Amino acid sequence: MEAVSCRCYQFNLLLVMLFVTADIISTVEFNHSGELLATGDKGGRVVIFQQELESKNQPQCRGEYNVYSTFQSHEPEFDYLKSLEIEEKINKIRWLPQKNAAQFLLSTNDKTIKLWKISERDKRPEGYNLKEEDGRYRDPTTVTTLRVPVFQPMDLMVEASPRRVFANAHTYHINSISVNSDCETYLSADDLRINLWNLEITDRSFNIVDIKPVNMEELTEVITAAEFHPNQCNTFVYSSSKGTIRLCDMRASALCDQHSKLFEEPEDPSNRSFFSEIISSISDVKFSHSGRYMMTRDYLSVKIWDLNMESRPVETYQVHEYLRSKLCSLYENDCIFDKFECCWNGNDSVVMTGSYNNFFRMFDRGYRQDVTLEASRESSKPRSVLKPRKVCTGGKRKKDEISVDSLDFNKKILHTAWHPQDNIIAVATTNNLYIFQDKL
Amino acid sequence: MYSKGTKRKFYDSVDAATDNKAALYSRQRQSLLDMSLIKLQLCHMLVEPNMCRSVLIANTVRHIQEEMTHDGSWQLVTEAFGSSGPSDHLVATEVLCRSSALEQQGGGPKLYSVMGYDGCREEEVVTDEALCSVTFSGGAPSLLGTIDHCWDRAELRMAAVEDRVIKDSGSEVESGEGAKTVMGQVFGTFEIKNGAPGSDPALEELFSAVDASYYDLDTMLTSIQSTPKMGPYNLLDSMASSHGPTSNSSCRTDLSELDHIMEIIVGS
Repeated sequence: MEAVSCRCYQFNLLLVMLFVTADIISTVEFNHSGELLATGDKGGRVVIFQQELESKNQPQCRGEYNVYSTFQSHEPEFDYLKSLEIEEKINKIRWLPQKNAAQFLLSTNDKTIKLWKISERDKRPEGYNLKEEDGRYRDPTTVTTLRVPVFQPMDLMVEASPRRVFANAHTYHINSISVNSDCETYLSADDLRINLWNLEITDRSFNIVDIKPVNMEELTEVITAAEFHPNQCNTFVYSSSKGTIRLCDMRASALCDQHSKLFEEPEDPSNRSFFSEIISSISDVKFSHSGRYMMTRDYLSVKIWDLNMESRPVETYQVHEYLRSKLCSLYENDCIFDKFECCWNGNDSVVMTGSYNNFFRMFDRGYRQDVTLEASRESSKPRSVLKPRKVCTGGKRKKDEISVDSLDFNKKILHTAWHPQDNIIAVATTNNLYIFQDKL
Repeated sequence: MYSKGTKRKFYDSVDAATDNKAALYSRQRQSLLDMSLIKLQLCHMLVEPNMCRSVLIANTVRHIQEEMTHDGSWQLVTEAFGSSGPSDHLVATEVLCRSSALEQQGGGPKLYSVMGYDGCREEEVVTDEALCSVTFSGGAPSLLGTIDHCWDRAELRMAAVEDRVIKDSGSEVESGEGAKTVMGQVFGTFEIKNGAPGSDPALEELFSAVDASYYDLDTMLTSIQSTPKMGPYNLLDSMASSHGPTSNSSCRTDLSELDHIMEIIVGS
């Protein structure tokens, strides 16, 4: 199914909601309908927002999200064997497709994955005649009538309960989880291994990729991200710190150390430097909704790959090429190791990723246009359209442009998410969550 | 908060243009190597260090070492370090970022220094003070300033470590290997290892001098006071000239306190 290129994406984005969180946001994810938006933070908490239903009185309120549920997913732990703390920070959240009234999501920290059930309760049974006023049970011999309790409405209560805990399967830090299209299994990936789980079974997982060398001192490459194919339940990809992506078919063998396809772009010799490898490290990989393409994010660019062509990407978008001459400074202050995520819009025509100075970038694949926008309170008045931003790379700085040297590298947008159907995006700065929607 | 770096001047002190550029390039490469080694050493925190970051830094070090070995400058490193180099030792390190650095150099590239990143408290102090903002009067003392901070960190960490239950440090110290490689140190924390089989002799040589086993400071202190090790670039050699007995003794005090606590914990 080919992606349909729609109208020109000169986004008229309005700030709809702004949430200030208690802790640094570490992951953002819409559910499959887009009605719910989950965020995880450094303190191990999950906050879920729900979209308000369209109201006839105020049609422009579609897209407003309000807090739906908050719960503590993970707690800090201490590994006594290694004398090291295990952070409670939520690395990833992935929603399961909805099967019944309840919602399910997987959340993970560095070591443990948990399946959470989020359910609503808005009625309760009332009218029992088995208890006294004060709550004590009546003497059964005094009960002479049979009364069937009736469900009465009550204030909506949203409950989150942990249904499964998948622990002790990862020696290294988990960076990705991905639910299979079969809705029965999911994968979890750490720096050196990928495990396959059944959602029902917590005490067993199958190792499907292992790149750990026999001698750890020979280690030169780690796994950075992994994802199941959206349609083919036997296919998954994983990316590495050397800028390669491997596509694996689980039908080929139990251990998928031998890839089916290896996606790698040859290095450009004119751009070679001591930092070449570091900036080629892939921080995120995402399949398109169609399953025909996948997108990778490395430090300076976003690349779109056709799954049928391994030799090079079909499209490359420069996110912030002006940083190429600053790589040494960015190495000094560790910014070069920042892991930016990327995402597709609903029909795969636009891709989005974050940058520094609270900028985020959108690339329209069809119209070959891109835009830089800013998520900040100063530049985002509610209901006013976001103004495109521009970074001045040299020479005279025009009005409204910002020079490279003025960029704030502490303000980084690592996590962004796009509603599966509508033009609603969620953008996380350090501890602010911005929700923008397209002007109706 | 974010602040701008200081502009640095590029002093052209050598006549021949190409010689100067080559020398500049190798000094900058050296400074990148120093920075990388410090980053690797400062990986020891309460939480396991980021493995991807460690691997990428280690690969960078390996890459530099290979290049230095290839162009023969590896043997010259100690000598170059000993001599009084020009003050632009760490100037314009961003030239390293460019591939054909030598061709692209205009007149004095401006160094853009970005500072103040909350996530890396330890390194922020080291790089901020020692590598970014100071113009150095001489090559050797400036790097010693860097190492100075390294030691400060080590002492502080020793104090912090005393508050914690340390069970596997015993296994690392007692494993019998004298100086583990930095690689082993970094990756070894991810699993309990009983030995550190050396794989790459060149790398071993590279790291043996800069190994910082924080539970084995004694070895390091001894090596300072003894004759400098033969072989490649040795950070500790440079420290010998600037560190007097006083700083060593304060390390020793902390160390003996730690030993005492270790005995209690391990129950030996």
